[in-house]
Amino acid sequence: MLKRIFHQVWDWVDDRTGLLKMMGETARHLVPPDAKWWYVFGTATLCALMLQVITGIALAFAYIPSASEAWSTLRFINDTAPFGHFLRGLHYYGASAMILMVGVHMAQVFLAGAYKFPRELNWATGVLLLGFTLVMGFTGQLLRADQNAVWTVVVAAEQAGRVPFLGPWLAHFILGGNTVGGATFTRFFAIHVFVMPGFIFAFVGLHLWLVLRHGVSEPPQPGKPVDPATYRQEYQEMLHKTGRPFWPDAAWRDIVFCLAMVVVIALLALLDGPPALGKLPDPSIVEASPRPDWYFMWYFAVLALLPHGAEQYLLVYGPLFVGLVLITLPFLFNRGERSPRRRPWAVAAVFIVVVAIATLWVAGVKSPWSPNFAAPPLSAAIVGATNGPVFVGAHVFQTKGCLNCHRVSGDGGQRGPDLTAVADRLTPNLMILRIANGGVNMPAYAANLTPAQLDALVAFLQTRKISSPGAGNIITSP
Amino acid sequence: MQEPNTDPAATGCVSSPAELSRRQFLARLSLAAGGTGALIVTVPVAGFILAPFFGRTAEVWRSVGKVESFKIGDTTAVQYEDASPLPWAGVTARSAAWLRRVNPDTFIAFSINCTHLGCPVRWLAEASLFMCPCHGGVYYADGTVAAGPPPLPLPRYPVRVKDGQVQIQTSPVPITK
Repeated sequence: MLKRIFHQVWDWVDDRTGLLKMMGETARHLVPPDAKWWYVFGTATLCALMLQVITGIALAFAYIPSASEAWSTLRFINDTAPFGHFLRGLHYYGASAMILMVGVHMAQVFLAGAYKFPRELNWATGVLLLGFTLVMGFTGQLLRADQNAVWTVVVAAEQAGRVPFLGPWLAHFILGGNTVGGATFTRFFAIHVFVMPGFIFAFVGLHLWLVLRHGVSEPPQPGKPVDPATYRQEYQEMLHKTGRPFWPDAAWRDIVFCLAMVVVIALLALLDGPPALGKLPDPSIVEASPRPDWYFMWYFAVLALLPHGAEQYLLVYGPLFVGLVLITLPFLFNRGERSPRRRPWAVAAVFIVVVAIATLWVAGVKSPWSPNFAAPPLSAAIVGATNGPVFVGAHVFQTKGCLNCHRVSGDGGQRGPDLTAVADRLTPNLMILRIANGGVNMPAYAANLTPAQLDALVAFLQTRKISSPGAGNIITSP
Repeated sequence: MQEPNTDPAATGCVSSPAELSRRQFLARLSLAAGGTGALIVTVPVAGFILAPFFGRTAEVWRSVGKVESFKIGDTTAVQYEDASPLPWAGVTARSAAWLRRVNPDTFIAFSINCTHLGCPVRWLAEASLFMCPCHGGVYYADGTVAAGPPPLPLPRYPVRVKDGQVQIQTSPVPITK
């Protein structure tokens, strides 16, 4: 009885709207039979996007995008609101998953040569979606509205400022004025919540339409190159012979993978939680150590490690060049072999990019180029003297900022060389030369030290030997 | 269901030249009307969003403390309010500078923003150096680059003494071109 009523209602709705039949047909469109687990990453990205939309809307129920109140509403969401902490975690790890999945999806499509004829625009719209996703990650980090957010805006404005001619205008546009202020956060809120999602929805729609129009690419076979003259016909013949309906033959893998992803996101949100809120967004607090979220950590390292002279150009033209290469890729190479086994350079490119980003990421996390402001003073055991020139020299070493950038027996910064055993490689004269003149990454101390201070400093450094009695407690001889 | 066919050639009926030009006219009229409507909306929206491009804030002098409160030779962080903060700016309305009293009547105010990418530099008094926490930029006491990636010396802000108060002129965040 109930079943009959349900069917009647279903038929009526379908008759009047025509949508249900169309959706059913779309869901059952034919896909290649051997499209297995490699094909889940696109759907996983879409799934993460849906999670972001839902959790984002929920967060917007309490968040006030005002410079004076955003931080305290986040405190409320984080500390007081039921499920607030969990929800923030879901939104943060959802963003992380989305960026990760976009990357994996892109690598998979590239390796399988799926961007070739006739799917050039599938790839190009995907590259745009990658860009939009990164903008979302960036603006999302800003909406945390803490001290880190303030400096992230400034760093972004400074980068935009290097663009020729338009630079100062762009920087002004990003800051929302002359300085970070009341206008900054409302603008980024509008971009994060309305503008970018609008672009994303439009281009996800176009991207999916193109997937349906050209069909899901078949797994590549070595020795079966793409020829635009015959590809479409061959693809259709293959579909008619061996194609399977997407729903449910292929869709079940997508859905199982998405579920697994959401479970991992939820577990991380519960167990590890969202990133802690930093200090108030007060640009006048000079004690700050601005760091981006993990997905931009590798770029933070790029900014520190660019050759100082070339930076002016690389900062602007580097990202532009990368974007241009990605967009034009399918138009330059739209035919030929698809299989990664016949495209060693494609495999090498992905390998190099992954290794480069991973290496830069590790460097960014360690950021050895940043002075260590929190280095504890050298202990008496490390110094190895309680009076005399060595003791005075150790004091000079700490107060003159040497310790911020150099390590001694495990304490200090990592900008410059470790000086634990410096006396084993430098004579007193060479030490004086280097201290007085500095280098590319070291200040010249000639005008900053009295002769007595310099002598004491060298006396201290001369005791820095692997076999030195002072370091003996910490360092064991190799 | 079929889309109504609007192409007169494909419908099979022969259109007279008069009818063709009428269609052409209506098509152009629709495009022009739509375009005009879009323009009417675009101008205020674009103007509103791009407002920071045109806005020119008049900078003002802000007192940051009595002259006597600064020791000669010392460099200290001073806080002051931006030129004309929005009412809801909260703590983001604040700015800072590194202020040094060089001699009884001379002060220097350094920007706290590193010229590399704008991070807040810290003054290490005993070392007489400014150090940046982001990418390792270091400046000498006079603001010239000592080490690391900064391309330019630390900018200085206008500073004056008036009625026994040290005053700093508010300035935009310095953007390295």
